Amino acid sequence: MPKFEQFAMPDAGEGLTEADIVTWRVAVGDTVEINQPLVEIETAKSLVELPCPYDGVVTKLLAAEGDTVEVGVFIVEVDVDPDGEAQPEEASEQSPEPVQSAPSGREDLSSDSSAASASASSSGSTSATSTSSTPSSTGSSTYGSGAASAADEGSGAVLVGYGVKPGSAKRRARKADSLEPIGGEGEEYPVLAKPPVRKLARELGIDLNSVTPSGPGGIVTRGDVEQHAKATSAKALATYPGDDQPWLESGTVSEDGRSTRVPVKSVRKRTAEAMVISAFTAPHVTEFLTVDVTETMNLVSRLKADRDFADVRVTPLLIVAKALLLAVRRHPEVNASWDEANQEIVYKHYVNLGIAAQTPRGLVVPNIKHAHRLSLHNLAVELQDLTAEARAGKLSPASMGDGTITITNVGALGIDTGTPILNPGEAAILAFGAIRQQPWVHEGEIQIRWVTQLALSFDHRLVDGGLGARLLADVGRVMNDPAQGLVWA
Amino acid sequence: MDAQGPLSDEGLVQLLTHTGERVEHDTYSAYAADLTADDLRAFWRDMTLVRAFDDEATSLQRQGELGLWVQSWGQEAAQIGSGHVLRGDDFAFPSYREHGVAFTRDVDLPSILKIFRGLEHGAWVPSEHNFHLYTLVIGAHTLHATGYAMGLDRDGLTGTGDPDRDSAVICYFGDGATSQGDVAEALTFASVNNAPVVFFCQNNQFAISESTTRQSKVALADRGKGVGIPSVRVDGNDVIASYAVTQWAMQHARSGQGPVFVEAFTYRMGAHTTSDDPTRYRSKADEEYWAERDPISRLRTHLEAIGELSEEYQAEVAAAAKALAARTREAVRSWVRPPVLDMFDHVYAEPHATVEAERAWFERYDNSFTEAGAH
Repeated sequence: MPKFEQFAMPDAGEGLTEADIVTWRVAVGDTVEINQPLVEIETAKSLVELPCPYDGVVTKLLAAEGDTVEVGVFIVEVDVDPDGEAQPEEASEQSPEPVQSAPSGREDLSSDSSAASASASSSGSTSATSTSSTPSSTGSSTYGSGAASAADEGSGAVLVGYGVKPGSAKRRARKADSLEPIGGEGEEYPVLAKPPVRKLARELGIDLNSVTPSGPGGIVTRGDVEQHAKATSAKALATYPGDDQPWLESGTVSEDGRSTRVPVKSVRKRTAEAMVISAFTAPHVTEFLTVDVTETMNLVSRLKADRDFADVRVTPLLIVAKALLLAVRRHPEVNASWDEANQEIVYKHYVNLGIAAQTPRGLVVPNIKHAHRLSLHNLAVELQDLTAEARAGKLSPASMGDGTITITNVGALGIDTGTPILNPGEAAILAFGAIRQQPWVHEGEIQIRWVTQLALSFDHRLVDGGLGARLLADVGRVMNDPAQGLVWA
Repeated sequence: MDAQGPLSDEGLVQLLTHTGERVEHDTYSAYAADLTADDLRAFWRDMTLVRAFDDEATSLQRQGELGLWVQSWGQEAAQIGSGHVLRGDDFAFPSYREHGVAFTRDVDLPSILKIFRGLEHGAWVPSEHNFHLYTLVIGAHTLHATGYAMGLDRDGLTGTGDPDRDSAVICYFGDGATSQGDVAEALTFASVNNAPVVFFCQNNQFAISESTTRQSKVALADRGKGVGIPSVRVDGNDVIASYAVTQWAMQHARSGQGPVFVEAFTYRMGAHTTSDDPTRYRSKADEEYWAERDPISRLRTHLEAIGELSEEYQAEVAAAAKALAARTREAVRSWVRPPVLDMFDHVYAEPHATVEAERAWFERYDNSFTEAGAH
């Protein structure tokens, strides 16, 4: 019987994912023997000659010279029993000897998982089918399907500096999410951390068990502890497992097809929780102010032409941010947080200025750290970076924690104003409406001026109407006449 | 060959030239005097078999059966010559290229590949062969070897006055390892403690791609002299000289006179590992120069010249080599992945609460998947 064996591109180095076919040393019809030079390939590391793993006759070359082939993809087919009788090609697909035909050590190994399958089969029957299906891919004689299945089995390992190929790593599905820590419930397994990090945690009064580790093998790093320390007041906004998953996926359509149910998680869940906490614990008051911002628009135009600002995008949001910072400096009592548990008001000596951002993944409120210390230019840079990171979905949990006051730029969506809900843990939020050219009484005459609306919501537990009004009025004064900033600076 | 520095041939002990002629040495000829034609044939046979195994393993790596392979190609004389000196009670500490020494310690060669297929951390029981596991951390085992040797001394197993009862340690490492702090520490400890250990450095001229000239300005053997250890440079492609010098060194160590540093000057004919491409850092001319000094062909020339290598014997060895290669291939292809929980088995010699907890956790973790698969 003719019997066909296929040879897959091996990992000739350590962790290579692909190689180029340089020169075939054999042709279809050639008789080959074990270890005879088959093909010369070039990997990221070296030029390598691959020896033939079979005795027989070459029946197919599955890749051409110059092709780049992924590790695990078949490159040649050898008839190892050429004197046998001819039979239809499909026969090779049903080769009953999967282990022998496994072309690479990796595939051979991955197909054999006796321990895992034995233990998994006790609780589910799927394991048996998935296990046995793996080796059959090696017997496939079609280039495409063989390529896909074999490539999927790759380890995803890469050379340093080459990056992970998208989709090269395959994760097994888990039955359950929860797996209690080593040692079982109640018994705490020691958290992995270096002694200086343990010391830091002790000094900060942080329980290492509550810190999310980011180091290799679950080690808690210094950065983890510092981040955890920073994230305290804004914990409701901190990350949840699965935050990296878009929440709109994984919905299920109802039986009648008239609705889709999506589990509430990730950003949606976080937003909902934050809004409920905020709306039902902090009594909101909102005040409004309509302002002539023509001078602000002139300033924006001037800054756009300024060479010092050539590297950043200058927008009216930058000026309103600066105006709010100046106003907060005059009324620092608004930059505060209500501590219900301790019955204390926490006045912050720093301003982490939150910017509410609508991103493809939902509403997020990253903040600019220590915004009160930034020059106008640096503030512009931070604002730009934050916006870019938010759009790219690359915001770190730390960037969203420990905000002290927030701006929501509803004007960007063409809205005049709104009654914003406070970011939990903060006492004030400023809504910045759309800027429109409107008829406006200016120096005793009706003129066409740039006008906008500002709305300030605040937590009435610690901010009274008078304080809120003065803060909002100060923001308005700077927006109306940016030169006022010089007076207060 | 450089005129001076760590790649010169100054002071090299040689008993068989690269053209296969026997030459005499004032000191070391005596230590090879007991070698018969049978012994030399056995050397040739062993070197040939080890190379056949080495070649097969390289092919298997290229065919995707092994994750990595480390060739001993070109270093067979240093390994087989020194390995044949060892007695049952002597203990050898290899690095990871000592397949020839493993062969002389009766380690089944194909089993070594379990390490390189990622199935085992060590594929033999060290105490059964008095051959320690391969050490991949460069130079780390020189300290273990020194400690073991100090133990032999404290157990009264060295310098007993009865040469047949004495034993010693031999530790194999490369030129690159001499740049490691561990090796410097081991040499110092061995020296001041008069430990019965032979430091057998195979200077194959490359620490991966780095030339020995980037590791030292003087002969590597001088490192021994620096801490008061007698040192010898030997032609590592000359199996007879390698045997003779090691014989002297082991007798020296066993008799209680302390450590010896042997530098076997050789050439790594292959790549550092199958992941390496030596054409990027050395010349074809260099490789040809050293191919002419091949350890196996020079012994073959000698044996043929003295009429001690019959065609029948050559055919017999060729068949044995082919059979070994075939057995190696079959063994590797037959191996299946061991149960993943095995990785917890040899962490400690005795039961350990933390490891047990981790094993139990991992077992539950592994069972928590809805499908079986690669880990």
